[in-house]
Amino acid sequence: MSELLVDYAGLLLVLPFVAFLVIVLIGKWMRYQGAEVAIGAMAINWLYATALLIYSFVGIAPRDVQFEIGRIGLIGGEPLVFELGWTVDGLSSMMFAVVTTISLLVFIYAVGYMKGDVRVPFFFAALSLFAGSMLVLVAAPNLVQLIIGWEGVGLASYLLIGHYWEKHENSSAAMKAFYVNKVADVGLILGAVILGVTTGTFRINEILHLAEEGAAALGAVAVAAGLLIFFGAMGKSAQFPLHVWLPDAMAGPTPVSALMHAATMVTAGVYLIARMFPFYEEMAAGARTWVLWIGAATLLVTGLLALVQNDIKRVLAYSTVSQLGYMVAALGAGGYAAGLFHLWTHAFFKALLFLGAGSVIHAVHSNNMSDMGGLRKPMATTYRTFVIGALALAGIPPLAGFFSKDEILATFNHAGATAVLWLGVVAAFVTAFYTFRMVFLTFHGTYRGHGHPHESPRVMTMPLVALAVGAVTAGWVNIPGVYTGFHQLVEVRGVFRPEEAPTSFDLVALIPGVIAGLLGIFLAYRIFNPDRASQQERDRFEIPALYPLLRRKYYLDDIYWFGIVEPIKGPIARAVNWTNNYVIDGVVNSVAGLSLFLSRIVYQGLDQRGIDGVVHGLSAAVDSAGGSLRRLQSGRVQQYAAGFVTGTLLLVIALVVFR
Amino acid sequence: MIVNQFLVLAALLFALGVYGLLVRRNAVMVLLAVELMLNAVNINLVAFEAVLRSSEAIGQVFAIFVITVAAAEVGIGLAIVLMIFRNRASANVDELNLMKW
Repeated sequence: MSELLVDYAGLLLVLPFVAFLVIVLIGKWMRYQGAEVAIGAMAINWLYATALLIYSFVGIAPRDVQFEIGRIGLIGGEPLVFELGWTVDGLSSMMFAVVTTISLLVFIYAVGYMKGDVRVPFFFAALSLFAGSMLVLVAAPNLVQLIIGWEGVGLASYLLIGHYWEKHENSSAAMKAFYVNKVADVGLILGAVILGVTTGTFRINEILHLAEEGAAALGAVAVAAGLLIFFGAMGKSAQFPLHVWLPDAMAGPTPVSALMHAATMVTAGVYLIARMFPFYEEMAAGARTWVLWIGAATLLVTGLLALVQNDIKRVLAYSTVSQLGYMVAALGAGGYAAGLFHLWTHAFFKALLFLGAGSVIHAVHSNNMSDMGGLRKPMATTYRTFVIGALALAGIPPLAGFFSKDEILATFNHAGATAVLWLGVVAAFVTAFYTFRMVFLTFHGTYRGHGHPHESPRVMTMPLVALAVGAVTAGWVNIPGVYTGFHQLVEVRGVFRPEEAPTSFDLVALIPGVIAGLLGIFLAYRIFNPDRASQQERDRFEIPALYPLLRRKYYLDDIYWFGIVEPIKGPIARAVNWTNNYVIDGVVNSVAGLSLFLSRIVYQGLDQRGIDGVVHGLSAAVDSAGGSLRRLQSGRVQQYAAGFVTGTLLLVIALVVFR
Repeated sequence: MIVNQFLVLAALLFALGVYGLLVRRNAVMVLLAVELMLNAVNINLVAFEAVLRSSEAIGQVFAIFVITVAAAEVGIGLAIVLMIFRNRASANVDELNLMKW
């Protein structure tokens, strides 16, 4: 039974694409416009993923299934083999569970949210495409398939962010996401190619095996490859300074933000580093330091940006980037299980927060918190689940976020990275602060908008409740000293050296973390609670030097625009255009001209004069010969007689002379 | 025997006949020339018989044959010329080029 489960795990990968095709072809005419197909496929996937999770959990051996689809011959060596397939181990089972669970809940929610939208079948088709690509990515047993899935989710992200493409800024946001990711993908592909060519294989387990053995050839390129692959992860997981696409990606519908830009797609980078973790441990220690510090920079720098946002989704977007920074930094500090644990819990509470925000947006028809307020009573379920999510995000025990954040801080402490530890604590404070600023501005006080907000339909609130349950309980699978099942699960891998799970709470990490969280909530209450301060005071709150800088997003977007985009659009584009028109077109035109010239020569010279000349000449020769010869037949007898006589004479002379 | 003079005579007559055949414009004169040639041949034949003195008189017999054939041929030839003259009111052989190209 268990063997069969792994053998047919490819079903997980194929089913969403089948759903995609079905929706594209006949979704328009279905009752829910394709949603039923997407939800049905994802429900089957969810069941299968749950089965796989149990399977991996019970401790049965991890396994790869791969099918060769092509090979390239390298100069002087073994050919490089390209394969597709899937790997079933603790890490991928955990990711399957996350992707399918959050996807299923988001799909169900989206039925309500996207009701009456202009492009529903397209939306669900793109969502299915995304889910399939994400599963392909997560199940990838080799780097090539991983890149295929990586690009697939990038494509789906582009399609979905640009869902409302009629507004120019939405399509620009989609392009921005795609471009930034593409820049990062260069690193990923280069790194993967370096690894593949150096080791002769793209199979991840084999590369890791070589890394564990300390293969010299691999060692020489390890740091470079590690940095390049991390660069790719930086793009997808929105690490500073490649995070700029994520806040703009909020232009897409909220279910998209919840699914892709909170729980699944952006975690692909974290997953990648986790998947290559033995490689980073053994060989690319230099790269690991970069991972740690970029993650550390991200978690604080982008967390601060959330303080100044008025758009509720942007607060959550920057929050996501900041939490991704936590995950990446944890991996950089050697905390494999810690980073993945945060990925797991974050998926639940961040998706919950996004869907809750979507519920609010759906009710007030605006993203801005200045149009909200006082929604606590009319939208009770949304409010309560949102607060649960917020508490989880702030890291308050016994909710999920507390356990994962604590373990990350403990990892920092354990690795001796005290600076990063304090960054993490400060960021925890900031997180709690902006999160509850968001809660108070949205749900407390009096309603500042113009509509009549009411609670969302059941199809939207049920996923919220489900996710709230997750946000509460998801942390209980990894309690140091009590139960560390998660830790053991993700370490079930083909090539891995299991670590000891922590046996008790690290107080150096725990106490500052919890205090930071509580302090943040308290301060937010003091400043933003409508009962304590007037509306103007709340709106005008700012920290003098910091906030203007934050409002301009550290001028990062400006730097990118004037530093990269404008030069490309201006001089470089013009140069390329010139090259195209004069050089490339010049070559093409001259080739055409040359062939015209040659053909003219052949036609006029060879054909007309040469061959036709011969043909005409022949006929003219025959003609003139005939003309000459016919005069022999004059019809005059005497002329014939003259011929006789002449001939006879000649004969006689010949006979006489040559006797 | 004196045969050479007869041969020379025959040759001359023949040459005259050839000349007349080729040059004369009147069809009857052409036939006349043909007769002349035939007569020259006859002289030739008899002259050689005088040298040969064969028992069957081959040369003279041959000459008789030639005279007969000449007679027949002239009869037909003149008949043709007569027909031509009736049709075209002229016996000029230069004008008889209907069988040309």
